[in-house]
This record gives sequence, structure tokens and C-alpha cells, in this order.
Amino acid sequence: MAKKIITIDPITRIEGHLKVVLEIEEGKVVDARSSGTLFRGFEIILKGRDPRDAQQLTQRACGICSASHATCASLTLESAFRVKPPSNARIIRNLVTGANFLQSHILHFYLLAALDYFVGPEKPPFIPAIKGDFRLSQQMNKEYFDHYIEAMEVRRKIHEMIAIFGGKIPHHISFVPGGVTEKPTVDKMASYLWRLRESIDFIENIYVPDVLRLADVYKDYSKIGRGYGNLLSYGAFDLDDRGSNKLFKRGLLIDGKIEKMNSEKITEDVQYSWYETKTSGKNPKDSDTIPAPGKPGAYSWLKAPRYEGRPYELGPLARMWMNGDYRKGISVMDRHIARALEAKKIARAMEEWVLQLQPGRRVYVPCKVPNNGQGIGLTEASRGALGHWLKISNSQIARYQIVTPTNWNCSPRDDKDRPGPMEKALIGTPVADAENPIELMRIIRSYDPCMACSVHLIAPGRSIFEFRVC
Amino acid sequence: MDLTRREFLKICAGSAVALGISQILIPEVVEALERAAAGNPPVIWLEGSGCTGCSVSLLNTSHPKISELLLKIISLKVHPTLMAASGDKVVLSMEKTAEEAKGKFILIVEGSIPVAENGTYATLGEKNGKPVSLLEWTKKLGEKAKYVIAVGTCASYGGIPAGAPDPTGAKGVGEILGRKVINVPGCPPHPDWVVGTLVHLILYGLPKLDENRRPTLFYRFLLHENCPNYSFYIHQKFAQNLSEEGCLVKLGCKGPLTYADCPLRRWHNGVNWCIGASAPCIGCVQMEFPDGLSPFYGWPEKKR
Repeated sequence: MAKKIITIDPITRIEGHLKVVLEIEEGKVVDARSSGTLFRGFEIILKGRDPRDAQQLTQRACGICSASHATCASLTLESAFRVKPPSNARIIRNLVTGANFLQSHILHFYLLAALDYFVGPEKPPFIPAIKGDFRLSQQMNKEYFDHYIEAMEVRRKIHEMIAIFGGKIPHHISFVPGGVTEKPTVDKMASYLWRLRESIDFIENIYVPDVLRLADVYKDYSKIGRGYGNLLSYGAFDLDDRGSNKLFKRGLLIDGKIEKMNSEKITEDVQYSWYETKTSGKNPKDSDTIPAPGKPGAYSWLKAPRYEGRPYELGPLARMWMNGDYRKGISVMDRHIARALEAKKIARAMEEWVLQLQPGRRVYVPCKVPNNGQGIGLTEASRGALGHWLKISNSQIARYQIVTPTNWNCSPRDDKDRPGPMEKALIGTPVADAENPIELMRIIRSYDPCMACSVHLIAPGRSIFEFRVC
Repeated sequence: MDLTRREFLKICAGSAVALGISQILIPEVVEALERAAAGNPPVIWLEGSGCTGCSVSLLNTSHPKISELLLKIISLKVHPTLMAASGDKVVLSMEKTAEEAKGKFILIVEGSIPVAENGTYATLGEKNGKPVSLLEWTKKLGEKAKYVIAVGTCASYGGIPAGAPDPTGAKGVGEILGRKVINVPGCPPHPDWVVGTLVHLILYGLPKLDENRRPTLFYRFLLHENCPNYSFYIHQKFAQNLSEEGCLVKLGCKGPLTYADCPLRRWHNGVNWCIGASAPCIGCVQMEFPDGLSPFYGWPEKKR
């Protein structure tokens, strides 16, 4: 039987460099391997630096979710420095990170994913276009393009909201271990609020309805791209200073049951990654990044994070599921719907948070870098659970490990040969035209991959695995 | 009426800057641009060892809006985050543009270019079943472009990927190409710096550059001297802790080493900027960023 191997490189309209190699047999995907094509060595660069600089440097891992890295690094440093930020700082962090979720979700749906469903004008970057089953009516297609243009303006203004409390973005400046530098004033709160109200109008009256209409036209996409059905969330947006109450709960879904999540049970497998095999199966706090380029059988610089040895999908759907806010299903369209509904939920919460700020009260507690220490920060980025692990020796960074959501979602096979969640979601999918596998692009983009974030990525230029076309 | 170069420079850096509003908003500029861009100059945007932050910052351009830039001003043939097509079509678009618009298109590079191991640490697309390195793409397209713009500190000088111990041999684009490039550094750069440079190229050709090949239009200002906290500095009032009033230099502010118009232009439509948020400047536009400017929240022992 004829097998066909297709390589899609680059996958555009995601963040970063991604390549996917697929094996198609009898009109169905029988194997899928995803690999990043960029390696920067962030964790190696971080070693030996002033720990406080991690807060600025780790943001530069990703230009889309920089605010989440800032939050995560702040939490990590604070756990190592043994300091708690004041309420105002907690709220400002929520307002900055929350706003970045909104702009990221809007950017993802309209600028990245929607071009798989509507046809743009006859002009670059919309041409060359992709081929596929574009089912929207002419009227609806026009509306989606108009909303694409509007989305660009809305997300730009949401970045202005971040600038109010962050200075600028991407890579905002105001988070530091111990709190934030920018103080709340009534002017800033009002200025934030009116922009927020404008974005809520867009989210509730345009974004959410557009996603629901799309899901209606593409009903079959509520059946494909399921993956394992295991979901995991670290939880995020602390609602009190102790961090015990969060807008998004921590937890996981396994075999249809919700369970508690314990970060000690996270491990990273490296059998199929170019790292020394002796580092396999370790918790990030004990793990090291020892590259082993050319290791036989390996095909990725992404490690394979697992929880109790099993693969999990992360992201808005996992968060909304854990909260009981959305449990209709796990598929391409469910991911889009959960993401849109999550934007609405966060935006409405932000409306309350901004009014909880107390002008005149402190935003920062002075703190010192300890000689030695360990830190952990667990939070959520727009694409899913994000963790930083830190070890300090001689007041310097001795180890910094970053495990991003795309690390989980786009991971390679683990030590037990189980494909990563996105690979799993691709396998078994029927493909109408192997030259134009739009079905697969839609699955891949539903995860909102963020490759630059996923720090350790493939070293390309080596043969990934034997191509056998029989 | 046609806009003269002088008028344009005034708009970019003149009185409007002092008002703290974004500069390229003047309708005459957009009009002049639309006329000048009637042929829609083709643009290829490559991403090397980057984080897409420069692209996201470009999306934040307010005057012209990003949609105006894309639909009316340039013809963005290749952009990893925005273009519709994937896979081989991307490779084809790059090659076709380089041939058909040879000597006419503008190449923009975001991210540094890793040169260790023949550039295999960053690749884009395949030729004859083999991945093509960004190093190869940059050289190939760089030769044929009318202008090459290195957008961001990574593309200009190497940036964070080139930070010690520089695991991938990351270089700025200018170091790789045998030709002069225009550097628009910043982590990320202000959208006005990118769009302003692009607009100057389209309307009037090469802008005046400093010795680091940055447009003087945006980078000739010593940040410290234009900082609203400068009077605190003159009067020796220094903040001893973050979030206190005073000049932030003792907390590690790199304003005295940094050349950029942030205090005048401010960011996001004039909403705020780094020192405006009471945080020390980390000097992200500088060639020495990050190693020569860290620690960010203090000074190296010997400098004290």
C-alpha cells in the first residue's frame, strides 16, 4: 500500500519555527512528528547571571506571552527570596497578564487561525492562498475579514492597557521580585477601564459570536483533533494574597476524572530528544539540559514533559474544563470556543480587579538575593501551564529550567513511545488532499503553538528519521 | 501636495514628539506614502533566533495602522506569523520575490542569525529534502535586496541569543552580509522606529545613519538627558529602593548609557514607557545588550 510522507516546513501563522512531518496512508494520517527548527539555548545563557535579571531575560523567550514569563519568573524569584508581594502588586500583575491573555487570544483567532476558514483579499500576505474547503458564505467571509482588521486595532489598544501598568510590551518592565514598580492612581485605573470596556464590547459582541458561528459551519471539527483527552492546568490569577484562591483552578483531568495536581510528579523524558539519556525522567528542579546532538533515534530538541508518566494537553480548554466553565468536548472547535469564552471570563474579572487597586498603598517590598536557594513558579500562559524552576548558588543562577505549554502540547514521543498530544491528535485524521492538508493545519493551529517559548528545540540539519515510502 | 523630506523629518522628530504623541499620524504622510507606494514595494520578513516580539511590536503601530501598512503601503510577500500560506509555498514566495523584484524588494530580518555548525540552529523550509538555514536565506536574499533592515537588537547585534556563553554563535545581520544594513535596535523596537525607517526608505531613500548604522532620527538622543527624572539626578536625589521617587541610576538604570528617544516619544500611542513605569531602563537598544548592561538592577562591582 502506498504511503506518502509529507513535510510542512514552515508552519506559518504560529509563533516561531515549526515543522511537521506526516505519514499518510489510505487518506489517513498514520504517523506524525512535530519538530521546532530553532535552538537558542536560553537556559544555558541564564546560568551564572544575577537571578533578578531572569525576570527580564525569560520574557524574551517569547514575544507573544512575555507577560506570563514575567509573572512566572517573579513567582519563582519570590519563592527563592522568601518574599510576598503586596496586594496592589498582585492585582497589577493580574491586570497586565490578563490583558495579555486577551490580546493573545484575539490575535490567535483572527490573525493566526481564521485564515484557515476565510479567504483574504488578493494581496500578500493573503496570497498565495491555501486550498481547502472554504465554506463561509460571501457575506460571512466579508464579515470575518472586516473583523480581522478590527481585531488588529482591538489588540493594539489592549497592549496600551498593559503599558499603563507595565511601561511597554512586548517585554514589559514593571514586574520585579517583591512586587511591581508602577503605582496605581485613579487616572491610570480610569484609563485602563475605558480601554477594557471597549475590548469587552469586541469580545462579547464579535469574537465569541464569530467563533460560535464558525463552529456551526464546521461542525465536523468538533469531532476531530481530540488527542488523548487528558487535560492539565497549574491555575492562575491569584484572587487573594495567599494564592489559595485562583480564577483558574489547579488540577488535571485523567480518564474522565478531575484530580489534584502535584508539581513533584512532573517529569521530562528525553529518549526521543537530543539530550543525554541519563537526564531522562527527572523533575525539572533536578533536571539538567545536557545536549547530545545526533543521539540515535532522537528527533527533537523539545523534551517530553509528562505527569505521572502520561501526556497531557494544556491551554484554555484545560483551564475552562478544570473550572467547570466548559466541558462540551475536546476537539479543534472546542479549543477555539473555550479560548473565546475564557477571554470573556477574564475580561469580566479584570473589570472587578481594577477597582480593587488602592492608590497610595505600596506596590513593592524590598528584598535581597540569597546566597543559596531554590525557587519554583507555576502559572498559566495564554497557551497553557507554564513553570519555571530555579536554583541559586553564590547569589547567581546555578540552574534555570523553563517548561512551557508548547513543550507539553508539541512534545515528541516519551520513553514509553507515546506520541506527544498534538502528534496524537493528528494521527488518525482523514485527509482529503495530501498536497493541501488543511485539516491538519486546522488541528495544529487549534493548539496555538508557541515555538520560541519552548526553549529547547530541535537541532535541524540532521536526518530526523528514515523516510520509507513503500 | 508632496511632502518634502524636511517636512517628514520634522513630523517624525519635531514638535509633535515633545507633545508625547505618536508621530507618523499626520494625514499628509499617509497620503504621500500611498502615492509613493503605488507600486507597493515588496517586503520579505525573515525570523532568525528571535521571539516574534519585534513583529508584535510592529502590530502596535498606530499611525499608520498595521492594516493600512499591509493593505496600502507595502506588499508583505513573506512573514512567518502573518502570511496565509505554509510549507513549500513560503519557500517559493521567497525565491520568486527575490528574482522578480531583484534590487527592488526590502529585506527585514528579525532575530539574530546563528552561525555555529553551519547555521543549523535555525532553519526555514526545505530544498531538495534538506532544511535551509536562516544563515543561507539571509545571505541569499540579502544580496538581492534593495535595502536590508535589521529589526530589533538581536538582528542588529546578536542580542540575547549572543549572550554569554553564546551557545549557537548568534550574530547580527550586518556581521553576516557583505553589505551595509540599517539597524533598528530595541527589545523590541518602538513601532515608529520600524515604520518610520521603512517610510523614509520608500519616500526618500536611505535615512541618515550613525556609526552603528542606526537612523539618527530616532537614536541620537541620550536617554538620561531627556529623562523626566534628570532634574532629580542634577539635584542628587536618588531612589534607594524601587518604587521610590528620584533618579533610578543607583538602582541600575542604564539611561546614561542608552541612546533612544523613548522619553520624548513614549510607547503605545504615548501611554507610558519604561522609566515612566518607575522601572530602571535596561538599555535594550544598545549594542552591548544584554551582557554589557547587566545586572539590570545594579552595577557590576568594579563600576561602583
